[in-house]
Amino acid sequence: MSKQHWLNIGYDRSKYPETGGDGNLIVDKESQKFVKVWQGPNHPGVTGNMSVELTISGDEIVEAKTHVGYLHRGFEKLFERRKFIQVFPTCIRMCVAEPDYNEYNLAASIEELGGIEVPEVAQWLRTLVLEMARLQTLLRVVPGQGGTTGLGIGVQWGVYLRDLILDRFEELTGGRVYHMYIIPGGVRGLLPAGFKKRMLDNLSKIDEFVQNIDNVMYSNAVFKKRTVGIGYIDPAWVNSFGIVGPNARAAGFKRDVRKDYPYLKYPELDFDPYTATESDIYTRSRVRWHDLQITVDLIRQILDKMPDDGQIRAETPNVLHWKIPKGETYVRAESSRGEYGFYVVSDGTEYPRRINLRGPSYTHAVSLLEHLLIGANIADVANIMVSLQTCPPEIER
Amino acid sequence: MSSIKDILTPFTAWKNVFKEPVTVKYPLTERPGAPRYRGFHKNDVQTCIGCGTCESICENEAIDMVAVAGFEAKDGDSGLRPKVDYGRCCWCALCVDVCTTGSLCLSNEYTWVDTDPDNFRFIPGVDEKSWDKNELGWKKPEGDYEFYGLKRVEMGELEPDERNHSFIEMIKGYSKQQAEKEADRCVECGICTATCPAHMGIPEYIKAIRNNDLEEGLRILYDTNPLPEICGRICTHKCESVCSVGHRGEPLSIRWLKRYIADQNPSEKYRAILETENLQKNGKKVAIIGAGASGLSAAHYLVKMGYEIEIFEKLSEAGGMMRYGIPEYRLPYDQIDKDINYILSLGVKIHYNVNVGKDITLKKMSEDFDAVFAGTGLHLGRSTCVEGTDHKHVYQSIELLRKITGGEEIHVAEKIVVIGGGNVAMDIARSLARLQKIKYGKVQVITTSLETEEKMPADREEVIEAREEMATVNPGWSPQRIEIVDGKIKGLHVVQCLSLFDETGKFNPQCNLDNKNFFEGDMIVESIGQGMDLSYITEDIKDHLEMGPRGRIRVNDNFQTSVPWLFMGGDTIQGPDVIHGIANGHKAALGIDKFLIEK
Repeated sequence: MSKQHWLNIGYDRSKYPETGGDGNLIVDKESQKFVKVWQGPNHPGVTGNMSVELTISGDEIVEAKTHVGYLHRGFEKLFERRKFIQVFPTCIRMCVAEPDYNEYNLAASIEELGGIEVPEVAQWLRTLVLEMARLQTLLRVVPGQGGTTGLGIGVQWGVYLRDLILDRFEELTGGRVYHMYIIPGGVRGLLPAGFKKRMLDNLSKIDEFVQNIDNVMYSNAVFKKRTVGIGYIDPAWVNSFGIVGPNARAAGFKRDVRKDYPYLKYPELDFDPYTATESDIYTRSRVRWHDLQITVDLIRQILDKMPDDGQIRAETPNVLHWKIPKGETYVRAESSRGEYGFYVVSDGTEYPRRINLRGPSYTHAVSLLEHLLIGANIADVANIMVSLQTCPPEIER
Repeated sequence: MSSIKDILTPFTAWKNVFKEPVTVKYPLTERPGAPRYRGFHKNDVQTCIGCGTCESICENEAIDMVAVAGFEAKDGDSGLRPKVDYGRCCWCALCVDVCTTGSLCLSNEYTWVDTDPDNFRFIPGVDEKSWDKNELGWKKPEGDYEFYGLKRVEMGELEPDERNHSFIEMIKGYSKQQAEKEADRCVECGICTATCPAHMGIPEYIKAIRNNDLEEGLRILYDTNPLPEICGRICTHKCESVCSVGHRGEPLSIRWLKRYIADQNPSEKYRAILETENLQKNGKKVAIIGAGASGLSAAHYLVKMGYEIEIFEKLSEAGGMMRYGIPEYRLPYDQIDKDINYILSLGVKIHYNVNVGKDITLKKMSEDFDAVFAGTGLHLGRSTCVEGTDHKHVYQSIELLRKITGGEEIHVAEKIVVIGGGNVAMDIARSLARLQKIKYGKVQVITTSLETEEKMPADREEVIEAREEMATVNPGWSPQRIEIVDGKIKGLHVVQCLSLFDETGKFNPQCNLDNKNFFEGDMIVESIGQGMDLSYITEDIKDHLEMGPRGRIRVNDNFQTSVPWLFMGGDTIQGPDVIHGIANGHKAALGIDKFLIEK
């Protein structure tokens, strides 16, 4: 009996399990025809500390369950015991790879509720830092897709280039990974002397990398074999699961917070988010590759257009006892993974009543992944996870 | 899908074989952190005042304020220094950005290898580290980047030409918005509390202003100071001189904030707010001599403890030097009455125009009462005793001020010379300037002092305001003699004063006799300090009294003299200052309570 499934890419798969009348697979765990395998929490293919409990038949996954809880730190609760300014160095740890979106969302929500107008140059610097954050993440994630299929060279190139961007972060913000730069009210420093030139030098190296990775990875027969047609996200799922960012753009949805709900200086910048329709691993990775180029271009535009000098931080109430007026807001930014939002409630005291993070990884890695893995091979699990670009710290906050 | 091209193009990666590696060979290659890098802490411990603001902003509780050998707690310095725990620190540098003195910064050093984990808790600047001399690293961003306001909310006052012809209060007071904005600048370090003689809960009442809970604010004020309207106007505000915000900006207007709380609470609600409507009596009686700051303060705290209080006041109204020494434009009488009436409303009895020593003896008081507190103040003027001071138009400032308050007619000449550089000299000069303006339509008052402009003991704003009111302040001169022709004063001869004290710190003015000057005037006012009148203490009691330096009576920490039932405080013990008087009165009240309980 041949089985029809969306992942049927031409070769004969195990006849187990059978598809029932409702179209779902019939999984009888007592039949002893299924094996349970844990992928993670310590697995190089898993993007952080989370694990997937797989039920397999042969090497085909018939059921997947995401398990989280390995790095729960209770951040959202911790915030309620900290003054608003003290949330600033803490909230960045909710997403290690791109801490700046946390900083921005916190600052923007406090400013919105507190009625603070951010100075011009600070807005440009924020835009710059957010794009630099996207750039350094994509330099890891784009070649990282090759890493899960055994193509290590792109990762090495990416790590080197990312390090150059971290150098720029270091001289601008004082930190390499946790930048703590976008502070409520503004930013913590102007561009150092010579920054623009060094940044442009780095960007030209990245241009070269963009071409090289195209040659080595996207034009690689092995890579294509492992990614094309695998991990297909049905466009119908995009809205029902709340899929955002490159994952949605690869499924034909032009979904980008920078365009849909413009913030900071994005309305003054010229860019067009790239979309595709194939919606498989290859396309998602390709969308990120285009995102990388858009980001490089945006940074060039920002450096060109931004003023050199000005006030970096607006006058705010004393941060030691800054009471944010009663109210609530939802602030969002486009991270490299998609819409990244903070829901902030203030009860009018010095402490936030609630700060809730809406990150893309929760839907992508918890609900969507469980669906996406069914029918895939064990070897593709890591590949699919990386293609969703999940960040477990952001699931468990 | 895949083509032969897809097999071949990946081989372009081989071109990298001929490239130089980009890897940094650590630790063979040293890589210093960026100039802004947030590395290990440095602290300039000499500049640091131990305000603890770094400790309070640290979200990880990585900073503890600890006592350090060699740093004593003193006014304006807690004697504590930050100790950083690198098991908790996240190098966010908020401690640097919030630092009130700017002493704390981060170096760009980022490697530290040690086998003992305890070493990673250290006191920057005290425990020597290799990066102490490192110039680079995170410093507070320059420019407008401030975590709290450094500029004071300006206090509205009457313009010089509005105020120079009347005794209307010149300081207008803060509005709600102004007070809240000013209160917002406080960093709640408590350095002020330690310095305030009365140890008022300054950060707490400032917080009450921020919370718009002025009733709570009033309760906090009365915990340590029963004369907030008065102190809110004329306190010498030692708190402000040590305010940690003042190190990089302007100190908080603590005095005006206190006044704001007192002003905003209506006097008829005081007893309800302060929960003093049902005071229990304990049956013991305490007499207080003098209704000045210390006497009223002692009366307030004692009556709250249940004692029956009787105050004996020599003059016809209560307030002592606050009423009779400070001009009305600085401290209006209705505000003095507001504070005093509240204290009297608690059941304090007051006998006016009673001169202790004449109308009632101290001995008799000791028999009628369980204890006596004497806060008699400094009501005698001092003279320079230069030639001519015995002229009838040479006055003592204290005496003149008392007469102005009492509504008595005083002699106001067209040209006046005031000798003295303290606040009292400014008070009398400015009062006389007003009277001259009223009488003659113009001002001609010259104030001179031994001290130079920089060293004048008067508050800076007093000097500035005196000048605004057209009084001349010409310091740095030593009076030599008063020129009198035909029984009329012509002026004051002075010579330049070079220094006041000799190497041993003794008062010994040195003058340059060649540099002479003459201040024209037909009336001279001496305002060079005040003396005390202790004639009410009869010999039999005096014999048992232990005396301290400078003719003062020695008291213990509870302001108890060596005659157990006699307590003393205020100006006679600690020199002229309202807030010291209030603090003394409070401590003496506690001392009297302790004494009477143990008795």
